[in-house]
Amino acid sequence: MKAFTYERATSPAAAAAAVAARPGAKFIAGGTNLLDLMKLEIEAPVHLVDVNTLSLDKIEPTDSGGLRIGALVRNTDLAADPRVRRDYGVLTRAIVAGASGQLRNKATTAGNLLQRTRCPYFYDTNQPCNKRKPGSGCAAIGGYSRQLGIIGTSDACIATYPGDMAVAMRVLDATVETVQPSGATRRIPITDFHRLWGDTPHIDTNLQPGELITAVTLPKPVGGTHIYHKVRDRASYAYALVSVAAIVQRDGSGHVAIGGIAPKPWRVEAAEAALPQGAKAVTPRLLAGARPTKDNSFKVPLVERTLAAVLAQAKDAA
Amino acid sequence: MKFDTPAGQNPIDQLKVVGKPTDRIDGKFKTTGTAPYAYERHDVAPDAAYGYVVGAGIAKGRIAGMDLAAAKAAPGVLTIVTADTAGTLGKGDMNTAKLLGGPAVDHYHQAIALVVAETFEQARAAAALIRVDYARGQGRFDLDEALKTAPLKGDSSGEGSSAPPVDRVGKFEQAFAAAPVQLDAVYETPDQSHAMMEPHASIARWQGDELTLWTSNQMINWGKGDVAKTLGIPKEKVRLISPYIGGGFGGKLFVRADAVLAALGARQAGRPVKVTLQRPLMINNTTHRPATRQRIRLGAGKDGKLVAIAHESGSGDLPGGGPETAVSQTKLLYAGANRLTSMRLAVLDLPEGNAMRAPGEAPGLMALEVAMDEMAEKLGMDPVQFRIINDTQVDPEKPNRKFSQRQLVECLRLGADKFGWAQRSATPRAKRDGAWLVGMGVASGFRNNITMKSGARVGIDRKGQVTVATDMTDIGTGSYTIIAQTAAEMMGVPLDKVTVLLGDSSFPTAAGSGGQWGANSSTAGVYAACMKLREAVAQKLGFNSNDVSFADGKVRSGNRSVPLAQAAGTSGLSAEDSIEFGDLAKKEQQSTFAGHFVEVGVHAYTGEIRIRRMLAVCAAGRILNPKSARSQVIGAMTMGVGAALMEELAVDKRFGFFVNHDLASYEVPVHADIPHQEVIFLDEVDPMSSPMKAKGVGELGLCGVGAAIANAVYNASGVRVREYPVTLDKVIAGSAMIA
Repeated sequence: MKAFTYERATSPAAAAAAVAARPGAKFIAGGTNLLDLMKLEIEAPVHLVDVNTLSLDKIEPTDSGGLRIGALVRNTDLAADPRVRRDYGVLTRAIVAGASGQLRNKATTAGNLLQRTRCPYFYDTNQPCNKRKPGSGCAAIGGYSRQLGIIGTSDACIATYPGDMAVAMRVLDATVETVQPSGATRRIPITDFHRLWGDTPHIDTNLQPGELITAVTLPKPVGGTHIYHKVRDRASYAYALVSVAAIVQRDGSGHVAIGGIAPKPWRVEAAEAALPQGAKAVTPRLLAGARPTKDNSFKVPLVERTLAAVLAQAKDAA
Repeated sequence: MKFDTPAGQNPIDQLKVVGKPTDRIDGKFKTTGTAPYAYERHDVAPDAAYGYVVGAGIAKGRIAGMDLAAAKAAPGVLTIVTADTAGTLGKGDMNTAKLLGGPAVDHYHQAIALVVAETFEQARAAAALIRVDYARGQGRFDLDEALKTAPLKGDSSGEGSSAPPVDRVGKFEQAFAAAPVQLDAVYETPDQSHAMMEPHASIARWQGDELTLWTSNQMINWGKGDVAKTLGIPKEKVRLISPYIGGGFGGKLFVRADAVLAALGARQAGRPVKVTLQRPLMINNTTHRPATRQRIRLGAGKDGKLVAIAHESGSGDLPGGGPETAVSQTKLLYAGANRLTSMRLAVLDLPEGNAMRAPGEAPGLMALEVAMDEMAEKLGMDPVQFRIINDTQVDPEKPNRKFSQRQLVECLRLGADKFGWAQRSATPRAKRDGAWLVGMGVASGFRNNITMKSGARVGIDRKGQVTVATDMTDIGTGSYTIIAQTAAEMMGVPLDKVTVLLGDSSFPTAAGSGGQWGANSSTAGVYAACMKLREAVAQKLGFNSNDVSFADGKVRSGNRSVPLAQAAGTSGLSAEDSIEFGDLAKKEQQSTFAGHFVEVGVHAYTGEIRIRRMLAVCAAGRILNPKSARSQVIGAMTMGVGAALMEELAVDKRFGFFVNHDLASYEVPVHADIPHQEVIFLDEVDPMSSPMKAKGVGELGLCGVGAAIANAVYNASGVRVREYPVTLDKVIAGSAMIA
């Protein structure tokens, strides 16, 4: 870990300005990912702006009948909120499928969106990695890639976005609210929040330098059966090989987003029209253009099977 | 004390303390954080500096240049150890690769430097400033490729299992060719990591030319010798202290880089230095269980009796290393007149392969016991019954040599009864519970019983407190407790009147913890010392030592009775002895047996595999402490779940290293994976094993579990996976989705 300076933010806009003013500065909230990466010098911020003191830890109703989740709401609190459990069950289920109780107590809503990939080559600083060191190459391509991406990847990077919460937020059509260093605010639809790697896999999201997440808003509840099915080798405390977040209505229509396969929660709205016809009809459209590796080609049938399991479960629940 | 005739009646048979389920003496310290582990011994070295290990970034080649300037100039840095500064180092008898590399690099993450600084954070930051230029060499990293030209090689695992390069009985090829029912299959087990909770860690302090190491090591005397050999100093100048160990599983049988580098760092810094191996370094820096490729051929008559058994295993290791002795149990487990076992060893430039809990049997049974399941199906026979009819009461290679105790059939029968085996459908995919396909599997468990010379010193003070001192270790197994139980039984005092001191090389040399020999051997050593002490007490009191009893804190002979405290007198009494084992183990085969039963669910859509319940029935001699023995077995069963379903060190065959080198990516079971476990111990005493009549049990619990799980997955899903771990991708590749 490299030495760094530290300050506590006084307001969201001041925090954004403070990070924008110092190249190499970063925000810190729960620190559950950043500190690990700093110990390995995969992240080496010169300055940390601690946003924990900002009052961004409320869950409030919005005028349009949805919820505004403060950026600092801890995962545990978000998952346990009675409104979330009642109206956005897929979100609660996704959150509790991730990490451990201790980590969820610390991890924040905004920080979870910014969780970096878990590609093992990203973590090993002896290995080339375009995400860690732009231009150095990608050791994962041609290497051990069982856990890695099958779609939306590039010749520069085949890593995945590893989280669960964002997959549920994607199926819920959440919006990320931010404040910029200028003090201006903006609303980023979750679909535009994470980027595909392309030639710049070191940039995970479309946030501008210094731009601070202040909240995530959820639209008015849409009802339906909410399911999050996370597939992994062990029963807990593992990243998804494939996960499916789904909201399925009684008539079989619905929305699905897939985790564990791409640089972002993967959703193809056009494919959802086929949901009433079942997983076999949806999956080819959902995964059109997939480029799996030898190690992870099983994820293609696994997406279809997991989706089929979810649709069967929804049918039983309806 | 020489143990060369079967044990007769002795004070242990009273079973007033021994044999009772007893809480672990160290349990309360460990659960309250008051058992200091090696890295936490601030009390002994408050001025210790911190070392941070730099691991090689290549698997094979040379260090062309190393720029230390920036690191040396970094805040807090005291010194940097490299091959250049360390002087000539030897290599320990138990080490295959050198613990400090450079300029030659033998494997990935081999230590090449230790940065010593005032704080851990300073050492870590400075280590990142070291620039190393490597000249990459050509390495061999592909086991399957390397096995094509690998020679036959016999060896011992160092933990008990052994086998010659080739072993033949009868005429295997002819018998197999003529057998009406045949199986010929290849099974693969991957490289596995011990992944114990406590990383290797040491604090080193020099006083003149004498070195003290507070460390985490299973085998104190081996360690003492290898530290001395590596550093080129006399063995008497080295003291190892290792009273608490946060898991080892064979990964701490040997001295590793933490101990050697701490010693070198402390010498260079002129003050104590503490070093722990960083978690991401451990997997490639230390040892692992080697991957195997095992071909098994079974031939049987229509009656299900095996007539031909062949088990051929291949594995790889660094030059000078040894094979994984995966065929050893096949020599002893089942009857059959025509037999062939063999091992091949390929040279690989991956990190060092070595012993991990039940080396040999653990991966060997993962293959053999699936083969038995497959063969039973070919025969149309119940897999429990198939094993029972192929039981043998004698060493199949030497039919005039019997087993000292062998209750495999009883384990299987009782297990089948208790587990509800009769409910199992012989046809796969026949049982469903919601979205889950449910299946049951069985496997035999087998692990040899090894005995090792073991010493102890036992004293009584004027208050009647009994103190046992031995360099035996407790790696979380319960050694403290069973040793205290043994001394309490022998000296006729309650458990709280016994103090046990372990893990210090200044104490008498014990068996140490490995190869499931620790419990039986070390308590037998304590028994020997106690017998000597009892004689000393009797002699002092003028009692006839043939007519003396120790009970309730008193020594009695005839109508005379003297409190033990009084007998000890103001200066106390003490005796030291060792148990030395004669050739009883040659006369009769000593082994431990189990029946493992597992029920799994396999998700009908996704192929996800979850354990539903597990049962182990064990026959392993006298169980000294049913509570800690049960803990050992359920821990081992859990490890078997890992081996069966998730543990695999992924080899990058281009760069030659294990890619998933942390606990996020090398998955071991978590609580949610283990819903229900049951353990039954059969009543058994084995007078051939020791005066304790006990045998090992800590590894038996692992042996066979993986196969029982794989067999249950087959029974549930109809998919036979022969490449471990049995993961959902392999299940869905072999099965159509059923809705």
